Amino acid sequence: MVMKNDLPDDHNWLLRVRGLTKIYGEPCSSTVQLTGPQFNSNICPETEAIVACAEIDFDLYPGEVLGIVGESGSGKSTVVQQLYFDLESSGGEVFFSHFDEGKTNLLEVSNQKKRYIRNHLMGMVYQNPRDGLNFSFSSGGNIAEKLIMAGNFHVGSIRERASTLLERTEVPVARMDNAPKTFSGGMQQRVQISKAIANNPPILFMDEVTTGLDVSVQAKVLDLIRHLQHDLGISMIVVSHDLAVIRMLTDRTMVLKNGRIVESGLTDQILQDPQHAYTQLLVSSLL
Amino acid sequence: MQPVLKVRNVHKDFHMHILNDKTIPALEDVNFEVGLGEIIGLTGKSGSGKSSLMKCIHRTYLANSGSMEYLSSNYGTIDLVSASEHMIIRIRREEMTYCSQFLSVIPRVSAVEVVAEALENRGVDLEIAKEKAAKLIERLGLPEELWDAYPSTFSGGEQQRINVARAIISNPRFLLIDEPTASLDQKTKDVVIDLILELREKGTSVILITHDKHTLDRLADREIHLAGGKIQEPSLA
Amino acid sequence: MIEQKKFERAYNYAFIDEGTKMEIRRKMLKAVAIPGYQVPYSSPEMPISRGWGTGGLHASLSLIGPKDTFKIIDQGSDASVNACNLRNFVKRMTECKTTFNTSEATIIQTRHRVTEEVLTDKQIIVFQVPQPEILRGVERFEYKTRIMHAEADYAKMWVSLYESYVKFGDIMRGAGYPIKVNGRYLMSPSPIPRWDVPNLSHSNAIQLFSAGREKRIYCVPPHTLIEPLEFEDVKFRVEEFEGIKCAVTDEGEAFMDEIYENESSKKFVINDSNFMDRLKEGTRPNQRLFKNPPRNQ
Repeated sequence: MVMKNDLPDDHNWLLRVRGLTKIYGEPCSSTVQLTGPQFNSNICPETEAIVACAEIDFDLYPGEVLGIVGESGSGKSTVVQQLYFDLESSGGEVFFSHFDEGKTNLLEVSNQKKRYIRNHLMGMVYQNPRDGLNFSFSSGGNIAEKLIMAGNFHVGSIRERASTLLERTEVPVARMDNAPKTFSGGMQQRVQISKAIANNPPILFMDEVTTGLDVSVQAKVLDLIRHLQHDLGISMIVVSHDLAVIRMLTDRTMVLKNGRIVESGLTDQILQDPQHAYTQLLVSSLL
Repeated sequence: MQPVLKVRNVHKDFHMHILNDKTIPALEDVNFEVGLGEIIGLTGKSGSGKSSLMKCIHRTYLANSGSMEYLSSNYGTIDLVSASEHMIIRIRREEMTYCSQFLSVIPRVSAVEVVAEALENRGVDLEIAKEKAAKLIERLGLPEELWDAYPSTFSGGEQQRINVARAIISNPRFLLIDEPTASLDQKTKDVVIDLILELREKGTSVILITHDKHTLDRLADREIHLAGGKIQEPSLA
Repeated sequence: MIEQKKFERAYNYAFIDEGTKMEIRRKMLKAVAIPGYQVPYSSPEMPISRGWGTGGLHASLSLIGPKDTFKIIDQGSDASVNACNLRNFVKRMTECKTTFNTSEATIIQTRHRVTEEVLTDKQIIVFQVPQPEILRGVERFEYKTRIMHAEADYAKMWVSLYESYVKFGDIMRGAGYPIKVNGRYLMSPSPIPRWDVPNLSHSNAIQLFSAGREKRIYCVPPHTLIEPLEFEDVKFRVEEFEGIKCAVTDEGEAFMDEIYENESSKKFVINDSNFMDRLKEGTRPNQRLFKNPPRNQ
């Protein structure tokens, strides 16, 4: 009997990442071999080049939520920043089924195409709202920016969409024309989420979105993200050092250490039956 | 009866790197089958491997060896031990639910929404899902004033009801259910039992762990007795 | 013996040395070839301070010859102090004719206005530009604005227009309205009023923009499309002088200056001094007038 352990072909991946690498400094031919968790270091002993991440391979399927967990400096943010083109990669391949039927390596397309992909097909929520929002614009203006970049030049429809989005993320619509700098941290994060999903992207990146928020505000933002997952069926990559956030939001998790994936699996499996020594240590320190 | 799940030679042990590489055995050479619409009662003492076996089927634990052939309605026959994570995510969303003893939910989501979410995951409109969820938790005897409250603040029995409701609302093809009636009163126990029997009528296969004789007697078609991670001979059961 | 004639003038013809003039003309050709693109140029020292029209002088003096007729206006006026001084300077350095009459001029240097009169293909207009970078208001880093131009990424400018509309109910930009040249580069038209912006489009004359302090030259060549940025439902509008007549000529169709006589009364006078003179003479020049679209709601 034939057993199928992979999804049939029509259930294809959304994002395919192979060998994603980011190195700061001058690497030598053995930099990647001489760094990583087994050396407990990401600094090349030969050249002192820093391997922020290397050999990152994964697939993201439509509707899935992937968590990336690890301690500070493990390279987890570096991975999503490269996928959102905030950082230039040192190497690797990224394929995206919504762009050129997934045939083209996104890391090699022109800047204009990268911007197109970023604005039409991706969303990003940063830990610090200042990275994702322009504080000199109103919150409506921030959402307008994303809509304009996707070719909406109708003020009426921009405002309509912006108010729908703000309502969706529970930001008082009456404050649409106020600057985000007058908002609380949780509300800034909501505006950022509104902006990120403005063009209904198939994929959303979240980089430590609840870090630094009060516990009660954190719960509300997590609830909002969960609702977005359910309502929009949007695929997400959630970066967090907080295993509780990972547990609540994600289907699968990759554990990063010294810029490498040490373990990946279903989130409940990673948390309850961790295989790698580092993951066991990480999980055992969960409060 | 057509088997939905064939478990063959499953071994599981935990290799604890942080405890000086200690190995803790959990399951040893487990073999059994679950038929379509069959309810299997897993029995055994605490630590005999009941929950480990259930979690291996759910892939919360990775079995070390062996196979678990699951006959999916959408994807054909799948080996739950070696299938890709993407496949397992699908199966969990569409066919197999797991009801643990402990409730794990996002804080600040109301009881109705927690239950409705499980249905909404399968593409049911939120409003319809909420309606169904409300009906179900009403049947489970959750007081109406708690419907919009947050389950993380509930008592053990109330959380239990939410947990059961969440697992069964979507009419799963395969239900793994761990101590569904533990902290419930007799009346609610019977409601849970009835609900599981109703599911079975619709073709759901169930693996059930319970210490409650009454629940076991009313539900289980067959018992599998575990001791020290091994299935005891049927004659002993 | 050294020929005496060479030393008759203290400076080279038109003040700037021939090599530098050639360089500036080369940069102008590049600017013509890439409409709206800011071409860096040498911006040599002039005997006036930067910011007082050095860029305009560089362009005018690099182009001018003895047969040219030079006109210079400052905010529409031929007679302002700045215009007079620069005119005298150009006249001394080039021995060319100067004029107030827009039709007679071959090179027109201007600050903050376009002539009311429609220009011909025999004319060149040179704008003095204080800040060539239209994106400066929304992006403070030069290297970023260059990337934005290179990738035609103008969303931030659009958002600033959106913000202006949200705050004031209209796109409030008195001068320097952002325009798109030939469907590609976003460009500052220099601080001309909105009234003049539509007249840049499909002009017969070469329109050169030169910023001496910022060392940039750019150009709108003849017959080139200029589009002011506008939303589908919030359109570009020129200043409205509805029911207002010039106090001198009783004319209503021109850009007006608002003059306060005392605390309570004000009057309006046509801003373009030569245009007003010609109206008084009874030889009304050709004008191109833009009709505002109807307002929504």
